[in-house]
Amino acid sequence: MMAVENAIITHGHADHARIGHQNVLATQNTIDIMKIRYGDKCAGSFQSIEYHKPLKINNLNFTFYPAGHILGSAQILIETNNSRLLITGDYKTSPDSSCQSYELVECDQLITEATFGLPVFQHPKPENEIKKILKAFEKNDTKTYIIGAYALGKSQRVIKLLRDAGYDETIYLHGSQLKICNYYISQGINLGNLEPVSYKKSEDFEGKIVIAPPSALKDKWSRRFSDPVICYASGWMSIKQRAKQSLVEIPLIISDHCDWNELITTIKSCKTKSVWVTHGREDALVHWCKTNNINAEPLYMQGREEE
Amino acid sequence: MKTFSSLLEKLLFTPSRNRKKSALKEYIANTPDPDRGYALAAITGDFKVKNITASFYHELIKDQVDYELFKMSYDYVGDLAETISLIWPIRSVKNQEELSLHAFINLINENSKSEQKKIIFDLMNKSNANQRWSIIKLTTGGFRIGVSAKLVKLALAEYGNKNIEDIERIWHGLSYPYLNLFEWLENKSFKPKIKFSDMFHPMMLAHPINEEKDFNNLKPRDFVAELKWDGIRIQLVLDNKNKKVYSRTGDEISQSFPDIVDNIYGNAVLDGELLVGRKFEALPFNFLQKRLNRKKPSKKIINEIPAFVKLYDILFENGNDLRDLPLSKRRYILSNWLKLNPSECLDISKIIDFKDWNDLKQIKIENTEKFNQEGLMIKSKNSVYLSGRPRGHWFKWKKNPLFLDTILMYAQRGHGKRSSYYSDFTFGVLNDNAIVPIGKAYFGFTNEELKKLDNWVRKNTINSFGPVREVKKELVLEIAFDSINESKRHKSGLALRFPRIHRIRWDKPTSETDYLKDIKKAFF
Repeated sequence: MMAVENAIITHGHADHARIGHQNVLATQNTIDIMKIRYGDKCAGSFQSIEYHKPLKINNLNFTFYPAGHILGSAQILIETNNSRLLITGDYKTSPDSSCQSYELVECDQLITEATFGLPVFQHPKPENEIKKILKAFEKNDTKTYIIGAYALGKSQRVIKLLRDAGYDETIYLHGSQLKICNYYISQGINLGNLEPVSYKKSEDFEGKIVIAPPSALKDKWSRRFSDPVICYASGWMSIKQRAKQSLVEIPLIISDHCDWNELITTIKSCKTKSVWVTHGREDALVHWCKTNNINAEPLYMQGREEE
Repeated sequence: MKTFSSLLEKLLFTPSRNRKKSALKEYIANTPDPDRGYALAAITGDFKVKNITASFYHELIKDQVDYELFKMSYDYVGDLAETISLIWPIRSVKNQEELSLHAFINLINENSKSEQKKIIFDLMNKSNANQRWSIIKLTTGGFRIGVSAKLVKLALAEYGNKNIEDIERIWHGLSYPYLNLFEWLENKSFKPKIKFSDMFHPMMLAHPINEEKDFNNLKPRDFVAELKWDGIRIQLVLDNKNKKVYSRTGDEISQSFPDIVDNIYGNAVLDGELLVGRKFEALPFNFLQKRLNRKKPSKKIINEIPAFVKLYDILFENGNDLRDLPLSKRRYILSNWLKLNPSECLDISKIIDFKDWNDLKQIKIENTEKFNQEGLMIKSKNSVYLSGRPRGHWFKWKKNPLFLDTILMYAQRGHGKRSSYYSDFTFGVLNDNAIVPIGKAYFGFTNEELKKLDNWVRKNTINSFGPVREVKKELVLEIAFDSINESKRHKSGLALRFPRIHRIRWDKPTSETDYLKDIKKAFF
């Protein structure tokens, strides 16, 4: 993705929110997150927009709706007098108490992501997934449990799930996670007691939960813990061989994207006549649409590579 | 089924061998008979469910989901059991009574294929994804959870506080659900009595020799050498009633070799190499391949490619266990036994005399380079016959590899943990203005190199055929291999033995690679 003059940004993840645009239009949360991560000058100017309030640009109405992906994430509806185009951005329709809830938006043309666009992805309930850690804890509370989770969104959601499941001990954080967690707290998301990992000994973490970005699990950083149990929160964890490949001992299938059933439910519910599929496994979703008499095409975005 | 499937999941995800062993011990201690025995037999591969194959599950899933979507998913996931367990429609079925592992197995084994389908359909609906995965793996075989039969035996030995070699020596005489074994382990009964004469005995295996280290420490006079035959290692178990041929893993392959079974006599357990050819002249391995995995070979193929055995060792004679005698003594007994029980398909693998290690090196070069042998075996004269791969007794000294520069033609995604990588490579050689395939290789590279190869394949694809990509004919792979033979398998008319990617020649232009006609000149 290149820097452009006018950028409309759905949410703060690095593959969607790049630096160097002249003018950025996004929700206030997204703008705050961009400034925290990249600095106040990561764009020439910012314009914040509230959910549900249309903004007219070149005779088109732009309206942002919550996407349920992370804090501040948005779907964007673009309207003319007689047609409605919805860009979902990254989204999930299942409940998540760490961000604004997804809202269904009806449209004539849908552009949907398809990160988990294969029917093998049927995400289990996150409340049950988080119990895997608490159960392992009951069996052995002398180990350090490190959960790999992306710093923006996933980390806060995992903490919130732990809190909702009744875990109220201090949770320790890798340095990169702290700023965003504090921002979530400032926005009224209660994450309980959090502390940075730094300057402590291995023994201090026995029987504790530590959250770190996935990259740190393989890094020198993790050597400070003796023989920890590696956990990883991601939608990809449903595929055993993937989990095994990343040496994960407790895979937590917790995703911030729609699974297959949510994707097809959304397509049916939004009453669209036509779907463009992007960001993921386009083929399968396009095939499903066609067999269900909905027009569909893959949409290959410029400058995007599979992660 | 639920506890069994939790055990499998735990074994799969626990990286440490010790913790896997603990999980097994815990399961053995907390699971009643006969379930625990069935579970262990399933994990070690001793137990297989009849009649259920991959195609059974393809048929089952066809009725559940759009088969096109299934194929796309299977291509992505790379493992049949995982794909089906994940794609299975989630239905809310009332939780009925838990089916025990042995009850499930009995149900499956007692019923016809159409009934089996109904039983598995019902059970799949009642299960979660992990349980579905366990059901499919259990019925199709091959868990790939990183647990060897050895680890299971170690867990049993620790659980019962017994010696591992004691368990090894009776293991193949036991049958699941191992009630007599558990009674002995729990000190409720004596060690199970085994009829040694009609079972497979674990084989003794060799380590590769380290030329620099080992030859300095080992005294030549303590060792004997023999040729390393390029066939398959087998064990012959003979008594008055039975004549059986076992592979090195203990699978019975007697059916495939009636020409051997019908022509051997006596009462003994013998260790040897199965080869094909006439008058004990071994043909290359690809001829033997035509005889393998045929349940009923035709008379024609037996006449064309007759099998014979080069004998290495004798483990039992007339019911007497010879394994604790030194090798030199066993070889003496072996040659006497063969004189008493001569056969047109049994020959002794001859002992090679040598003065010192340099002398042996000359012998190796002569045999491998002139006569295309695989290498030499070096065995301690005093070695007793132990199961597994004990250190310091037997060594293998393989020949140096041969090399060819080839051109990458096609790449296919791997399976299991390589399912997201293009890791199976088909390569070819120049033939006039075309390139003809000569072989396939899927190892020899590091993980870093695999990432680079995968990336290169994705960027240089010119055609896709399902999971296979055809690539631009621009990348040179230097292939190492052990030998080369004529074969119809590949378009080039040649086949390589043990091909592996030795080096990726990012630097080398394809115009400088080997031509088919020159390869034929050089090797034939």
